[in-house]
Amino acid sequence: MSTAVEPRGWAKAALHINGWLVYIFFYAPIALLVLFSFSDNRNVGIWGGFTLDWYQDFFDSSNARGALSNSVKIAIVVTIISVILGTMAALALERFTFKGKKVFDALLYLPIIIPDVTMAVMLLLFFGEFFDVLDMLFGLQLRKGFWSITISHIAFNISFVSVIVRARLSGMNTNLEEAAVDLYASRWKAFRHVTLPQIVPGIAGGALLAMTLSLDDVVITQFVTGPGWTTLPVYVFGLIRKGVTPLINSISVIMLLASMILVVLSLFAERARRGG
Amino acid sequence: MTVTSEPSSESAEATPQFEKAAQRKESRRGFLLALPSYLYLIIFFVIPLAIVLVYSFATRNRFGGTDLSGWNLASYERIAEPIVRTILFRSLWLAFLTTIICLLIAYPFAYFLATRRPAIRNVMLVFVMIPFWTNFLVRNFAWRVILGNDGPLTKTTEFLGLGTHELLFSQKAVVLGLVYGYLPFMILPLYAAIERIDGQLIEASRDLYGSGWQSFRNVLLPLSMPGVIAGSILVFIPSLGAYVTPEILGGAKTTLLGSYIVTQFLTARNWPFGAALSFVLMAIMLVGTVIYFRKGGRTL
Repeated sequence: MSTAVEPRGWAKAALHINGWLVYIFFYAPIALLVLFSFSDNRNVGIWGGFTLDWYQDFFDSSNARGALSNSVKIAIVVTIISVILGTMAALALERFTFKGKKVFDALLYLPIIIPDVTMAVMLLLFFGEFFDVLDMLFGLQLRKGFWSITISHIAFNISFVSVIVRARLSGMNTNLEEAAVDLYASRWKAFRHVTLPQIVPGIAGGALLAMTLSLDDVVITQFVTGPGWTTLPVYVFGLIRKGVTPLINSISVIMLLASMILVVLSLFAERARRGG
Repeated sequence: MTVTSEPSSESAEATPQFEKAAQRKESRRGFLLALPSYLYLIIFFVIPLAIVLVYSFATRNRFGGTDLSGWNLASYERIAEPIVRTILFRSLWLAFLTTIICLLIAYPFAYFLATRRPAIRNVMLVFVMIPFWTNFLVRNFAWRVILGNDGPLTKTTEFLGLGTHELLFSQKAVVLGLVYGYLPFMILPLYAAIERIDGQLIEASRDLYGSGWQSFRNVLLPLSMPGVIAGSILVFIPSLGAYVTPEILGGAKTTLLGSYIVTQFLTARNWPFGAALSFVLMAIMLVGTVIYFRKGGRTL
C-alpha cells in the first residue's frame, strides 16, 4: 500500500503546524496539572514554589486512601470476571455457530455504545427493584456498595474485552487449531495448547482496558454506590464539586500515573499482538 | 470450523446422521460458551433497560417516590415544555459544535499522520492513544485549573496584553472540555480510513489537472467518508450524554441533557421523567448507530 501523498507549499506547512498544535493541546494541560501539583500555593493554578505537601495530604487523608483501596479492589475483581466471560463470549462468536448468535452479537455491542448516563439510570433502578424483591422474598436486606459497583462495571466490560479478544481471534489462522484436532487433540487440548497461547496478547489487552475503564468510571459508580462506599474517581468528583483544592491536584496526578502505567503495559500487549 | 470433535468420529463411514450429531454438539458447545455472558447481560442489562422503560410510563408521587400503577405518557409530554426543549436543543447544538470542531482539527491531523513514514507514524499514534487511555475526569479537571481565576491562561492573556477572560463556567469551556475529551475518538477512525486509501488515486487526480481542493473534494473526502461518519458518531453521542464535563467546567446556563437526567434522579427525585429522558437519549444513540452500520462502518 502506498502512503497518502503529502501536499506541497502552504498546505504542507499548515498540516505540520496543525499536527504540532494537536500534540500541544493534548499534553500541555496534563503537564500543567502535574506541575501545579507541586506548587506551594493554596490557589491551584498559581505557582508558589516547590512542595510535596499535597501528596502528604493525600497519604494523610484516610478517606482518599480508603477510596483508592476500594477502587483497586473493585478493578481487580471486575477485570478477572470480565476477562473470563468476555473471552468465552469472543470464542463462542468467532469459532462456533449456535442459535441466537446474532442476537447475542448485537446485545454485546449495546453496553459499548449506550451513553454512560443511561446505563447508570438503568442500573440504579435495577438495584432498587432487585433489592426490594430480595427483601420481600427472603427478608434479605442488602445495601449498595462493593458488589453493586462490581456487577455494574462487569456489565459494560464484558463487551469491551470480547471486542478486543475477537479482533485477535479473527486475525488468527485456524489451520493450526484444525491440525491439532486432526492429530487427535481434544477440542479442549487444542484450545489450551494452540489457541490460548496465541490469544494471550488479546486477553491481556482486554484485561488492561477493563481495568482502566473500571478505575476511571464516575457516572455509573456514582449511581450504584451506597452510603459509606466510594471509589477514588467518585471521591475526587465530589471534592471538585465542593471546590477546587490542591489535594485534588495531587490525587489527579496519582490517577494519571496509574493510567500511564496501564497504557504502557497495553502498548506492550499491543506489540506482542502485532508480533504474533 | 468444520472439524469433527472426537477422535472416534474419524471412522471411515461417517454417516450424514453422525455428522449432524457432531454439528449439534458443536452448536451446543458454542451456546454454552456464550451462555454465562448472555445470561449476565440479560439480567444486568436487558432487565434494567426494561425497568427504565416501565418507569418512564409511571407517575411521580407526592413524596418523590414512584407510582408504578397507572401508566401514562406524562413524562414524555414534558419534553415539549420550554425549559426541557431549551436543554435538549442546547445539548444537540453543543454536541454538534463539538463534533464539527473535532472534525476540523482531526481531519488534517489524520491526513498528516497518514503521510508520515511508518516508524514515525507508529510513535505519533501512541501519543494519540495515551490521552485516549487517560482518566477522563482528570483531563477535564486539568482545564479547570488552566481556566481558573488567575490561572495559567489568564497569566498568558495578560502577558500578551489581551486582558482577562471569562471562559470558566461558560458554554465555550464545556465545548473545549468535550473537544479535549473526545478528540482521540475522532482521530483514530479518521486515520484508519485515510490510511487505507491508495495514494495513487490522489496522484492520478493531480496528474489530471485537478486542483488540491478538487482532489480533496472529489477523491479524498468521499473515500474517507466511513471514517468521518464513524468519528462523528463516536464524538456526538458521548457529548450529548455528557455529565462530567458540564459539571466541572460548566455553570448554571450550561446544563446539558446528561446532567439534566442526573438531576432528575439525584436531586429533583422525578424518576419517571428522568427515565423518559434517558430513553430519548438512547433513541438518538440508536439512530446514530444504525446510520453508522448502514454506511458500512464495522469497527467500533
